[in-house]
Amino acid sequence: MTRAAQIAGRIRKNRTISISGGLLAIVALLAIAIPWISPNDYLQTNFDNILSSPAIAHMHWFGTDDLGRDLLVRTMMGVQVTLLVAIVASFVSLVIGVFYGAIAGYLGGRVDAVMMRIVDTLYALPFIFIVILLMVVFERNFLLIFVAIGAINWLDMARIVRGQTLSLREKEFVEAARLTGVSTARIIIRHIAPNLIGVVVVYVTLTIPQAILVESFLSFLGLGIQEPQTSLGALVDAGVNQKENAAWMLVIPGGLLALILMCFNFLGDGLRDLLDARQST
Amino acid sequence: MSALNVADLSIQYAGSSVVDGISFAVNPGESVGLVGESGSGKTQTALAILGLLPANAVASGSIKFAGQELLGAGEQSLDKIRARRISMVFQDPMLALNPYLKIGEQIVRILIAHDVCDAASAKVRVIAMLEAVGLPDAERQAGAYPHQLSGGMRQRAMIASALIAEPDLLIADEPTTALDVTVQAQILDLLDAIRKDTALLLITHDLGVIAGHCKRMLVLEKGRLIEAGETEELFRAPQRQHTKTMLAAAPRISTSDIPSPASSIVILSVDDTSVSYRESGHGQLHAVRNVDLQLNEGETVAIVGESGSGKSSLVRAILGLKPARDGTVRYCGDELPRDARSRSAPILRDLQMVFQDPVGSLNPQMRVADIIREPLLTHEQDVDREDSRRRVVKMLQQVGLGESYLDRFPHELSGGQAQRVAIARALILGPRVLVCDEAVAALDGSVREQILALLRHIQETSGLSILFISHDLGVVREISHRVMVMYLGRLAELAGNAALFERPRHPYTRALLDAVPVPDPARQRQTSALPGEVPSILTPPAGCAFHPRCAYAIDRCSKELPRVRVVGTAKVACHRAEELNL
Repeated sequence: MTRAAQIAGRIRKNRTISISGGLLAIVALLAIAIPWISPNDYLQTNFDNILSSPAIAHMHWFGTDDLGRDLLVRTMMGVQVTLLVAIVASFVSLVIGVFYGAIAGYLGGRVDAVMMRIVDTLYALPFIFIVILLMVVFERNFLLIFVAIGAINWLDMARIVRGQTLSLREKEFVEAARLTGVSTARIIIRHIAPNLIGVVVVYVTLTIPQAILVESFLSFLGLGIQEPQTSLGALVDAGVNQKENAAWMLVIPGGLLALILMCFNFLGDGLRDLLDARQST
Repeated sequence: MSALNVADLSIQYAGSSVVDGISFAVNPGESVGLVGESGSGKTQTALAILGLLPANAVASGSIKFAGQELLGAGEQSLDKIRARRISMVFQDPMLALNPYLKIGEQIVRILIAHDVCDAASAKVRVIAMLEAVGLPDAERQAGAYPHQLSGGMRQRAMIASALIAEPDLLIADEPTTALDVTVQAQILDLLDAIRKDTALLLITHDLGVIAGHCKRMLVLEKGRLIEAGETEELFRAPQRQHTKTMLAAAPRISTSDIPSPASSIVILSVDDTSVSYRESGHGQLHAVRNVDLQLNEGETVAIVGESGSGKSSLVRAILGLKPARDGTVRYCGDELPRDARSRSAPILRDLQMVFQDPVGSLNPQMRVADIIREPLLTHEQDVDREDSRRRVVKMLQQVGLGESYLDRFPHELSGGQAQRVAIARALILGPRVLVCDEAVAALDGSVREQILALLRHIQETSGLSILFISHDLGVVREISHRVMVMYLGRLAELAGNAALFERPRHPYTRALLDAVPVPDPARQRQTSALPGEVPSILTPPAGCAFHPRCAYAIDRCSKELPRVRVVGTAKVACHRAEELNL
């Protein structure tokens, strides 16, 4: 059996991972499929049918909002945007963080000191505040949100990767490679990076919910996604304003947000346990 | 009536059996040795007795202590027994002692928890106990935290805490494995002297330890009890093959039949080399000071010493992993750059290393084939796939592993197999010097013998020169042509194998030889153990660093650093080398 197959087998057997992973897959699939299938459009307003409650009969399963737009489609669009922002932002932080951290950790000494002091300095900046300023100064756009969230998350990633690299660097297999004359670049790529994967994978599954929260928070403040585009955070914001007369506008996107966050957290926990178990056996 | 009665004990994890139907008894006051290689189930047995097995272990059978069944007993009834009537000494005292509690306080707590006496008299008893286990200035040391004590002192404190409540049974699980040899002897003597009426179950892989300290012994193999009896009887006439193998593999300082190397061409020469580290708050730590060493072609030189002797730092400086501060390393007459990164490819190729931890020295994410192939790819860019594969397979066969190992990952290998892979990786480029840093220390006796035989075979067929670091004098006796003894970063003695073992010139060499446990109950150590421990390398004693522990020290030793000079055939750094007859 190959190693990939072994790990795949273990993932299937692990209930936390398979349930949370499965749920996420279903949510993601629905988020992509429903706007396609549904006869309703997320932009289409209908002032004859505002704030109608969820019902199977009138083709608005999640009801409509205060402009009469179909909430099912809008919620699914929101899920799409939320997942996209989270995944892209995490990917940005992953790439920057892993390389930054691995280089700082492996080279050590003065390079490490300078690189990590830069990270410390960036940590000291109040990011949400800066993001809000950016949003106000520049026109709000999608790209800016990715950059803003990625820029917060890569700092954590860089620190974690650096710490791991520091201990990996002292491992005997790295010394053996140095003794053979393997180049520094190759040591980082062949010996350091593959051994970071475990930690990094776990950490990414745990940063995704963070990114989701930040995006939702920005959108909730009205600084994130611009109407008529939407995200779960923006929908919750809209829901809060209507909570007395249309509770579903708050409950449905809020519930989905909670479900997605929980799934990612459980997925991260599950993966961490799985990788720990592999190390101990 | 026996104190402890184990009947048909079996322990399983997820269906696989680690202890399989073993039965034995320990009588009051008796000392029994439990011997086995790693994975034989000896520690599991001890944990079962104390009710410390992890939750996923399934145990069956019976463990009776003074008539009470311990297996499956509730935590509350076990709490009444643990530390009070059965106590345990673990391998690593640093992990077994609570780092946040002062030594005295953690021992006092045992007495108070078991209502042995009140707080005031507990304190008095603890200090008396710490004195009895040989903690100097016990009253002050009782107020120390575990990390403030040396390894040997910590283990003494651990023994004090195990014996304070005068238990009926003391289980000692590899109590000396984490300690230096000279300290090991002290601790074993202490266990004998101090335990009075307490029965002792001594768990170890080292037959030398059993021979000196246990009346009866039990031999475990793969979870089964294969042999039991009087220690003397078993050593004289072992019945089972496994026992015989273990006895044969036990480290002992026997005669050496190693032929002298054919060549006397110096291949590697270390001159006046010093290595130091910057320690925050302490300034410089001088790990190696002014050491000279020559290695001839086809020769094995062993470097021996306890922790802090600088033996690892020295070879790391030679290899350029930790650049030396001073001195030169010449290879075939050419001076080498101090840092491995500035050394040329042909030199890197010729100097290779095998590390102590066989699993840690292999990248867990790479297959055996890729691990062994990497040096080839680094040095011969034009090597084609077919050719490199053929050479990797040939190398694997040479180290005694077959083609079937090519696709394995390190975690699928045993310790011995992993070490063979590490040796294959080191040898694939055909180096002329191989450095082995405690390369067999982590291996079981029989596997160790195989690896040593392999190294010797490779040397005979290829003329490889070997620098062999070890703390185990039995191994050194077996494999080396010459031996260098180091103490606190300096050379103590450098001599031929026979000369060093038969006529040591330095008192420290003598002490090391005396400290080796002899796997022969009939022939026990006569001399007393070396007092004290290796001092901190940060604050080495003035003059000869060994003088505070040396039985032969004179006034001059504490004032003047002894010069290294030739006495007989040996190089010795001792003021009294000429006059002493050790």
